[in-house]
Amino acid sequence: MSTSNTFDDKVVRQFAVMTVVWGIVGMTVGVLIAAQLAFPELNFDLPWLTYSRLRPLHTNAVIFAFGGSALFATSYYVVQRTNHTRLFAPGLASFTFWGWQLVILLAAITLPLGITTSKEYAELEWPIDILITVVWVAYAVVFFGTIAKRKVKHIYVANWFYGAFILTVALLHVVNSLEIPVTLTKSYSIYSGAVDAMVQWWYGHNAVGFFLTAGFLGMMYYFVPKQAGRPVYSYRLSVVHFWALITTYMWAGPHHLHYTALPDWTQSLGMIMSLVLLAPSWGGMINGIMTLSGAWHKLRTDPILKFLIVSLSFYGMSTFEGPMMSIKTVNALSHYTDWTVGHVHSGALGWVAFVTIGSIYALLPKLWRTDGMYSTKLIDVHFWVATIGVVFYIASMWIAGLMQGLMWRAVNPDGSLTYTFVEALKATYPYYYARLFGGLLVLTGMFIMAYNVYKTWKSKTSDEPIAIAEPA
Amino acid sequence: MTTFWSIYISVITIGTLAGCFWLVRYTMRVNPNEQLGEKELNHKWDGDLVEYNNPLPKWWLNLFYGTIVFAAIYLTLYPGLGTWEGLFGWTSHKQYEQEVEKAAAKYDPLYAKYAQVPLTELAKNEDAMKIGQSLFGNNCAQCHGSFGLGNKGFPNLTDNDWLWGGKPETIEQTILQGRNAAMPAWGPTLGEDGVKAVAEYVLSFTGRESDKALAEKGKQTFNTMCIGCHGADGKGNQMLGAANLTDDVWLYGSSKEDIIETITHGRNGKMPGWEKVLGKDKAHLVAAYVLSLSQDQ
Repeated sequence: MSTSNTFDDKVVRQFAVMTVVWGIVGMTVGVLIAAQLAFPELNFDLPWLTYSRLRPLHTNAVIFAFGGSALFATSYYVVQRTNHTRLFAPGLASFTFWGWQLVILLAAITLPLGITTSKEYAELEWPIDILITVVWVAYAVVFFGTIAKRKVKHIYVANWFYGAFILTVALLHVVNSLEIPVTLTKSYSIYSGAVDAMVQWWYGHNAVGFFLTAGFLGMMYYFVPKQAGRPVYSYRLSVVHFWALITTYMWAGPHHLHYTALPDWTQSLGMIMSLVLLAPSWGGMINGIMTLSGAWHKLRTDPILKFLIVSLSFYGMSTFEGPMMSIKTVNALSHYTDWTVGHVHSGALGWVAFVTIGSIYALLPKLWRTDGMYSTKLIDVHFWVATIGVVFYIASMWIAGLMQGLMWRAVNPDGSLTYTFVEALKATYPYYYARLFGGLLVLTGMFIMAYNVYKTWKSKTSDEPIAIAEPA
Repeated sequence: MTTFWSIYISVITIGTLAGCFWLVRYTMRVNPNEQLGEKELNHKWDGDLVEYNNPLPKWWLNLFYGTIVFAAIYLTLYPGLGTWEGLFGWTSHKQYEQEVEKAAAKYDPLYAKYAQVPLTELAKNEDAMKIGQSLFGNNCAQCHGSFGLGNKGFPNLTDNDWLWGGKPETIEQTILQGRNAAMPAWGPTLGEDGVKAVAEYVLSFTGRESDKALAEKGKQTFNTMCIGCHGADGKGNQMLGAANLTDDVWLYGSSKEDIIETITHGRNGKMPGWEKVLGKDKAHLVAAYVLSLSQDQ
């Protein structure tokens, strides 16, 4: 078969498999640093094994390596399927794969060495920043090029979200990473003081909004209706929530800087826009869950759908919790506590990881032409192990966070603080153990997945490229 | 903020909120030839991907409107739109000042009462010492430890060994104004061998095993270079915060390596002044508490 009428799935397969690999790596580092909080001696007195250096490695690995690979894989798959055309510039697509793996590898080397810009979620130093930019531009060219040569008139909704994610991440990355190199491994940001903080959290919150939300909503909009075999619930809802979501997310960053040196007016705008963001966020949840309605019976036999529906539930929960936490008075209690950590993981594990896992399970059999995954039973086991793990993780951090917030502000009748910081830390230990247990369960699930993926790969029936279907 | 930026911020903020409202209204319009509800729209992708065109859920619309209305009210009452200060005139600084004022009105009389009590007496007052412990735990424990036992570089406060003097008033002064210790680095002047010799001599103060010949050499150096602060007998000088080298209490470690390190590079102990943070009355309570720590011994 000539390549002109087949899909280019090699890069999809590569990214899909690396999603599982980086998931295991990133979550293993996560479990290790969770263990270090419970048992500090686990840093073995080695500088490169300390929490301070491994924490950014964990966040970079799960967000950009695991999440990023999942987004590359599914977006390359979805953009071809829904536009009925082969990838534009496959060579460039291949470059994005190897380039992105190189970025991850460099992160895994430099971060433990302590080479960092110290900007959260943007720790990588300037040479890697440049590499990211080049890879990202190539990604945009491939993605939008493919849309440009589409064989259908309408652009499917999943592509809007992937497109917004790709464009905005480019903008965020470039603006936040503007820095002046001093040596090969050291640079200084061109921003300073409160401006630096604002740019950093404009970037930081939009990394959540566009990388971890818009991108994965694109994934949701393809794999949920596909797996459920149901029409998307409401086209007009997808239009309104798409535009409202990408507009208001841009404003939400200052809620990370409540009661700091950031001017009051900026904090207010961050707070109100975060609240306005609630409805647009929930638009995606409604569209996903209502798409599934009518296919509820499938949940009994299809654990992939379970992953997808639970991911939407966690998405709804996190996007409700987020706006609540952005209210100044709530933030005064929650800020700097483990509540934030619980909130982030409710989004990152419950939403991002679950929708990814479900989508990859749905995707691989298509790529390898197998009759489903090797074992549906193991997907179900994975689902339950991971769900219990996530609940343990989030619940323990919620309780710990509330407790810390209340202990820090408790005041004696004489006006002195009731508890010292160290007493609050001591009281947190049981929750650190519970969190570690939850994290271990989630990681165990990833190993079950890896086994299932391996067995499915072994039973693949054909390496022949898949023919492009004519638009209906 | 200049007028330009104030207008700029206001315009894009109001524009975004109004734009959200317009977007919802615009999307809600139904064209005459458009079908609503559970009927498939006439596009199809990838074989079986189709879309319904259900109306926007009412409760969801109300939620959306509600947040926009809330935003409008909030921006009227609070700062947000550029230089507009909001009808409440609220600022975070004002809130802080008001809270501090309120706390001061409520609690200051109590601390003022304790401030009249002499330190030695106050150190025996159980109620006062509970407050003192709380203040110590939240302000001093980071360096001196929860029980005042100190750490390398941070003095133990329970051992009755005082660098700057242990009289009640002296302790209070230390807390109020802080202390800056300055032991110069002798490495460049004495060289590696010279430092080693002095270290041997310092060891001999506490009767520890030392190289006699080297110690003798070190003694000469000590008596010219170190004597000014630590005294000929090595007993130190509390006026300068110079450590007593004969009592086997070591702030920066007792091993020979530690001592060589100290002589080579010097030490710059810094205790911050707490008057600005705690105020005189609370510092008085903390001083009494620190006093009580060593009296228990």
